[in-house]
Order: sequence, then structure tokens, then C-alpha cells
Amino acid sequence: MNAVLTITGKEIRDGLRNRWVLATALLLATLALSLGLLGSSPTGAVKVDPLTVTVVSLSSLSIFLVPLIAMLLAYDAIVGEIDRGTLALLLSYPVSRWQVIVGKFLGHLAILALATTAGYGFAGLALQWLHGGANPAAWRPFALLIVASVLLGASFLAIGYLISTLVRERATAAGIAIAVWLFFVVIYDMALLGLLAADQGRSVTPAVLDTLLLLNPSDIYRLMNLTGFENISMYAGMAGVGSQASLGLATLALAQLLWIAIPFVLAAACFQRKSL
Amino acid sequence: MTALQVALSGASKHYGQHQALGPVDLELRAGECVALAGHNGAGKSTLIKLVLGLIRPTHGRVQLLGHDADSRQAARLRHNIGYLPETVALHPAMTGAETLDFYARLKRQPLARNAALLERVGIADAAQRRVGGYSKGMRQRLALAQALLGRPRILLLDEPTTGLDPASRLMFYDLVRELRDAGATVLISTHALAEIANHVDRVIVMTHGHKIADGTLAQLRQTIGVPLRIKLTLSHPVPAGTLPAPWQQVSPARFERACPEAAKVEAVRGIGAIGLPIADIDIHTPSLDEIYAHLLERKTP
Repeated sequence: MNAVLTITGKEIRDGLRNRWVLATALLLATLALSLGLLGSSPTGAVKVDPLTVTVVSLSSLSIFLVPLIAMLLAYDAIVGEIDRGTLALLLSYPVSRWQVIVGKFLGHLAILALATTAGYGFAGLALQWLHGGANPAAWRPFALLIVASVLLGASFLAIGYLISTLVRERATAAGIAIAVWLFFVVIYDMALLGLLAADQGRSVTPAVLDTLLLLNPSDIYRLMNLTGFENISMYAGMAGVGSQASLGLATLALAQLLWIAIPFVLAAACFQRKSL
Repeated sequence: MTALQVALSGASKHYGQHQALGPVDLELRAGECVALAGHNGAGKSTLIKLVLGLIRPTHGRVQLLGHDADSRQAARLRHNIGYLPETVALHPAMTGAETLDFYARLKRQPLARNAALLERVGIADAAQRRVGGYSKGMRQRLALAQALLGRPRILLLDEPTTGLDPASRLMFYDLVRELRDAGATVLISTHALAEIANHVDRVIVMTHGHKIADGTLAQLRQTIGVPLRIKLTLSHPVPAGTLPAPWQQVSPARFERACPEAAKVEAVRGIGAIGLPIADIDIHTPSLDEIYAHLLERKTP
């Protein structure tokens, strides 16, 4: 366990030193703030808290950004260390392969969580302060947004790790990572929409739709944010989907955890057999 | 005979159709310093990776301290190993001291000894500076320090003197000698055999994945039989053909001949019988590079 923590600690320090965390947090905070400020004009009419509006617009943005950040962190994790010769050195120490991959993953997850929490948290605080008067009710969806974003990031980290253990070249890993990202955040939903329009509800029953949505971590994320709270789903116009979908927050969270666990376990198993 | 630390028996490694190594038999004992020489791609790094258990042999066995190198038992003994990879990218944003602390924690070594180790490899002054600002030689010294953590029983050094200046090289060989005298097994891979020859007890030469020589320098010289060259300078010029073959006249007053090691004494005696005024005699024993080139030439298919 000690070795895992040592490796996790090093990853976190690397992330802080090379300003990964700072850059990502700043990017997320800037986006959250600008969305919060730009989106605040309609709030007077619908009586929705500015933080609530921000959650809606932010989740639409995070769905692209957080997986991309996670992929950028992860694609290089194993194949890059092999390339630089650091992995052979690391494994010449009394450290097992699973300790290496778990340690690195936890470190990257901590970096992602830190950047997301700091970036969105700072923006949330600033928005509350600007609009005066803290509304505790509005903080819950915002906190959920942060947690859901970290979970989304973790699932793409795990997928990125799997890619990084399967390939032999860094460039290949980068290419596949981008393709997978594009598939899940753009192509999948477009294809699903096309399917729904063509099918006209004949074979794609709500249950089938639920399953199809659970097969994509970014759709799980969208549902978690947009249907998790009544206020939000009203505002986002997802009320229809939200009430129809039988997917509760617990189911969604469980599905997302599986999206983290399965790719990661596969990655660890491949790494165990990988010839260096 | 001292304890057997590393043993390869019929070990080979294939990557698909490509045979990277072997089959190779090899033994390394405690208190022995061995050079592993060969060109790039000769199989040196593959051999080291096999010993470290990073890769599995396709055929044969690789044993480390009495266990199969890729077994769990051997993995538990890894704190006894010091490894210096051929190329190592240390994190540029970490300081020298932080880098060494990280590796010491992984080896479960007390951090308190690290300062002395940095002192020993000569980068104590730069310990608090970021590795990104280090010269190539300083990075190599830091990498060497990490290999020395915890006084390893087996040291595997892949091209360790690359990037080191002459003074650093001396420091390095001093360190190696000290460790060997303390009973460690040291394996140094190199493609510059001549530089290392005087610092090792035994030389193993590899080419195309095969071991083509294994022995002390004297044994190598004898078995390979690269001839000596005897150079003779006369005190005044003589006409061509004054001395018969095998002598060759290289200038009016200078002659040369090749001579097998075994016939050396006989040849020198023969010079006395020439009956010409001799200004100088020089016996040129083949350099390591010549032996090495000869070996590779002989064994290259």
C-alpha cells in the first residue's frame, strides 16, 4: 500500500509542478464564471437561481471538456512511461505492476478532482457573492455537478488507461483516445437521436432507451445533472425525459462506477501481461 | 566459488519472428564485476530486462538470487537490485533530492542516507535544484545514485558512463570497485569495451543476440589470437629487401611484422641475430578495440 501512496503522491506533485492542475482549474473556473455571468440575465423572469442556470450550461460544456482533459492525462500514462524508460526503472524496484497502475490512476484522479473542485468551486462562490445572498438549495445541484464531473472524468481516465496499456506507440494512443472521446461525446448521441427519429418509438421503448443511455458515460453524466433535481430538469426542458426515465440517481451513479471499474480492471489485467 | 547471484541457462527471447536473444548461458557471482560488451542491438538490454524479470524468456531459465527472475519470490528480492537504465527521463520539475527521496521510499530505505549518497556521486550542491536544469552528466549521476540506494547486492548498469566527463568516469569506476569489494555483483553493459576493460574482472561479448566470448582479458587475448605487431627502427636507412619476410619495410629505417602471441619470445630473440644497428624495438599488443573488432568480424554471419 505504501508503494501505491508513494506513486500517487508523485503523480500529484508532478501535476502541481507542471501546472496541469492550475491550468485546468483556471480554464474550468473561467468557463463557469463566464457562463454564470452571461446566463444570469434570464434568471429574473423565470425566478431561477443563477447557480442553477450555471449548472445547466456548465454540464453541457463539461460533457466535452472533462472527458478531453481526462483523456489527455491518461493516454500517456503507461505507454509514455515505457517510452521514456521510467517504467522499466520503476518495475526494477520492489513494486508490483498493480501497485504502479493503481498508484498512477489515483494520482491522476486526484489531479482531476482537485482541478474540477477548485475551478468550479471558485466560480460557484464568486457567482453567489456577485448575486448576493447564498441560496443553500442551489448549492446541492452545483455540488452534484462537481461530483458527477469527477466521476465522468474518472471513467474517461479508466478508458484512457486501457488505451495506454493496449498500444505500443504514444501517437497511436493519442489518436485512439481522441477517436474514443469523439465517439462518446458527439457521435453516439447523434446516432441515438437519428435512431429515435427513424424508429418513431416502435422498437426503441423507454427501457431500451435507458439501456442505450447507460452505455455511454457522458449520457449518464447528462442525466445525473439534468434530472437529479426538479428545479434543474424544469429549466433544462428535460422534465419529460426525467419523469419518464426510471433511472434514479443511485442507478446512474452505479452505472458510472461500473464505467470506471470495468475499463480500469481490464487495463490492469493487460498491464500485468504486457511485455516491456 | 562465491555465491551464484544470476544464472541464465539456455535463455532466449523472441519477439514474433525476431530473435532478440540467445539461447545464452551465463553466470554471475558475488563480488564479480563483469562487462557486457556488444554493439547496439546485440541483445545487451534484452538480457538485462530478462534478469530484472521485466520480460519472460521464450525458452530456457533466468534465475535471480536462486529464483526465477519473473517470479513473485524474485520480485520480493528486488530491493537487492540496483538498476541504471540506458535512457532514463527523470522528472524535470522535481529536484534532485526529491527524485532520490521518491526512489528511496519505493525501496523502503531511510531518507536520511540520501544526502550522503548525493554527496558520493558529486551532486550534493545541486540537490535542491530542479532536474530540468541539470546537465546530462548530472542527470546521469543522479540516476546512478538511485541505483545505489540501499547498497544493492546486484547492480545492473546499462551504458552507465554515457554523458560523463573523464573525472566523473573515474568517480564512477571508484564507486563500482568499492561496491564489488563489498561483495556486490556488478554487470556493466557497454559498447566501448576499451574504456571499461581495466575496471572489470571478466568480459562477455555479444553479437546478434549470442554470447561469443566470456572470460578475463588475458583469456580473451589468448583464445582469439589476434597477432602482436613488432616494430623495429634501425639507426640508419637500409635498402629495400635488407630484411626478409615476414618483415615489411614501412620506411627506409623502419620495419614491422605480425607475430602470434605464442611466438613472441622466439621473434624477439631473432631480432638479435639480424646484425643491424637497432635504434628501437616496440612490441604492440592488440588493443581491446582490435580484439573486439576481430571477434565481431569472426562471428558475424
